[in-house]
Amino acid sequence: MSGADNVVWLGAPAFPEAARGALADTRLRANLRRATGTIRDKRLAVTAELEDWEELRETAAAVKRHTLRHLDHYLLRLEEAVTAAGGTVHWAADAAAANRIVTELVRATGEREVVKVKSMATQEIGLNEALADAGIRAYETDLAELIVQLGDDRPSHILVPAIHRGRSEIREIFRREMGEWGRPAPDTLTDDPRDLAEAARLHLREKFLRAKVAVSGANFAAADTGTVVVVESEGNGRMCLTLPETLITVMGIEKVLPAFADLDVFLQLLPRSSTGERMNPYTSLWTGVTDGDGPSSFHLVLLDNGRTATLADEVGRQALACIRCSACLNVCPVYERTGGHAYGSVYPGPIGAVLTPQLVGVENAASLPFASTLCGACYDACPVKIDIPEVLVHLRAEVVEAERRSRLLPTPEALAMKAASAVLSSPRRLAAVQRLAVLGARLLSRDGRIGALPGPFARWSGTRDTPVPPRESMRAWWRRTRTGTRDEGRTETEGKERR
Amino acid sequence: MRIALFITCFNDTMFPRTGRAVTALLERLGHTVEFPQGQTCCGQMHFNTGYRPEALPLVRRFAEVFAGYDAVVAPSGSCAGMVRGHHRVVAAQYGDPALAEAVDRVVPTVYELSELLVDVLGVTDVGAYFPHRVTYHPTCHSLRMLRVGDRPLQLLRAVKGIDLVELPDAGSCCGFGGTFALKNADVSNAMLSDKMRHVQDTGAEFLCAGDNSCLAHIGGGLSRLRTGVGTLHLAEILAATEGHTR
Repeated sequence: MSGADNVVWLGAPAFPEAARGALADTRLRANLRRATGTIRDKRLAVTAELEDWEELRETAAAVKRHTLRHLDHYLLRLEEAVTAAGGTVHWAADAAAANRIVTELVRATGEREVVKVKSMATQEIGLNEALADAGIRAYETDLAELIVQLGDDRPSHILVPAIHRGRSEIREIFRREMGEWGRPAPDTLTDDPRDLAEAARLHLREKFLRAKVAVSGANFAAADTGTVVVVESEGNGRMCLTLPETLITVMGIEKVLPAFADLDVFLQLLPRSSTGERMNPYTSLWTGVTDGDGPSSFHLVLLDNGRTATLADEVGRQALACIRCSACLNVCPVYERTGGHAYGSVYPGPIGAVLTPQLVGVENAASLPFASTLCGACYDACPVKIDIPEVLVHLRAEVVEAERRSRLLPTPEALAMKAASAVLSSPRRLAAVQRLAVLGARLLSRDGRIGALPGPFARWSGTRDTPVPPRESMRAWWRRTRTGTRDEGRTETEGKERR
Repeated sequence: MRIALFITCFNDTMFPRTGRAVTALLERLGHTVEFPQGQTCCGQMHFNTGYRPEALPLVRRFAEVFAGYDAVVAPSGSCAGMVRGHHRVVAAQYGDPALAEAVDRVVPTVYELSELLVDVLGVTDVGAYFPHRVTYHPTCHSLRMLRVGDRPLQLLRAVKGIDLVELPDAGSCCGFGGTFALKNADVSNAMLSDKMRHVQDTGAEFLCAGDNSCLAHIGGGLSRLRTGVGTLHLAEILAATEGHTR
């Protein structure tokens, strides 16, 4: 269990309920359809052109599996290497500890503001809020994170946090909010993407040039050299990572790689999977501190926050291999229609549905493992081959077991499942229920189909007709035509006797 | 070849015509079909909804009932996928070595219909005749769990008289997802409406798929809106012959 953080948003409704509102939001649906469709096509084009794409995926999965198996070893090596290169390593068991460490480090510099590179780990721990409580202002410098921050909003996508916003909304936000935080947007601001980007550039330039402290996440860290890597597209990261005097990096412990050479594989997989680009625009790598070049003080905060517990789950631990590319979000038919906020977590989409319940405990995110049709598109898209459907059904079983333990009386669903299992455990009982179903269905049907029904059946029948089951089941037909007896399912061992 | 038909509980009750079609088709191709009367269900609904202990007796029954055949055919991508993908998981989880062995023996003999026809029986032209406009929806578990690829389309293309039209965005899920359709009814409907639109855009008379559960979902919607588009299992088109068609 983690502390107070953003892994799950306090008071967020369960997925089905949150999804209902999202589905009715015409602008959101249009924004999502356009954005996910575009990224999806780009990704397909650039992954199809690599002959060794499958080998790259296999290799990446193997490296991640190996690293997670020896995580303790590689984390200590990383600490050694970072320290030797002049950095300082801090260990944070949970969000509260990480926030405390970062807050104290910023305080020690005497500064009251920091610039930030887009980072899931700091979103996860709610760092901006913790810094604000300590009187420190954190400025997001990634364009989409800036849109989210200025809009007092929440990210809805791992890579494109403002994917739910269209450009006219962004213009409104910039016009309204930029002046509150620094250089205002020009009065002549249009919703042309170039215009919006220019306004953000001027607004942010002021922050970059003034900042003495930067906070970042990390995409990778090489345990052998102590090199930390940030992959970004806008150059804002490069500014944050090189201009300020102090750099504080918060990194989930699962991000470590055994060796610098492993980047070879991951830097091919990540841009193609995330933005659909062959090569990433700004890849910043740094090893500790260097005199006269970049920050003179570097702190690496290694964050657990539920990861060790996740590592203990033999099936679920593969979720820790995630490199946060978002390919699974972009291909997910559920995410495409609901957007990220419905997941009520900083980690939305298919990867969120398997990661979030593990980080906070399944009972605190019980609807998420069910927020999938198990269509498998996410597994096919995942560059590190996380079998998301496998983890989803594994976590569903954990949710059901947790319910069984916490309740005196079984849920109606549990009773129905038990009854179904009893019926299906016996061909004789199945045949009897089939005969009942035919009778019941005939009572409810009109013109050979069953229309809208009240009560618990409405969820299905509200939008779908159901055919009336025919009088003769398959097993009854077989017995009548092939064995010359009409009394179906007489003995349970019949199947064995017949062979 | 001695082939056991695993009809699946859903087809057994709701779509026995699919089972009769599989039987007619395989017998027409010269094979012996058997219907073990002890069969019930693969346990997919229980497993995928999180009720693993309840799935265990069904996994056990499947391994017992279908042991010893040359091949077992299921006219359902998701049920065949359940057996192939998850029966070992259930057997392993409940630590029963005898069951695990029985599952290991039966699993390699289980095929989805298009796999059996193309890979095992080596046939794509099954001598069918179906003079209608048809579009094909490759269900998720056939496509991404069993990886049947274009086998169903190979079979459909060889059908005499058929006007086979491509379904736009065919690979995206229809939104059924078993209990997903009940637990997340609104999202399921949002996905269904897109799938129905694509089906109608083709101008097809019939939507065909290898899984009647997905078809009941899409077809249920098509029926409610009185679109006039019918749904047919792949087996039913392949079983149709000149003089014996709709």
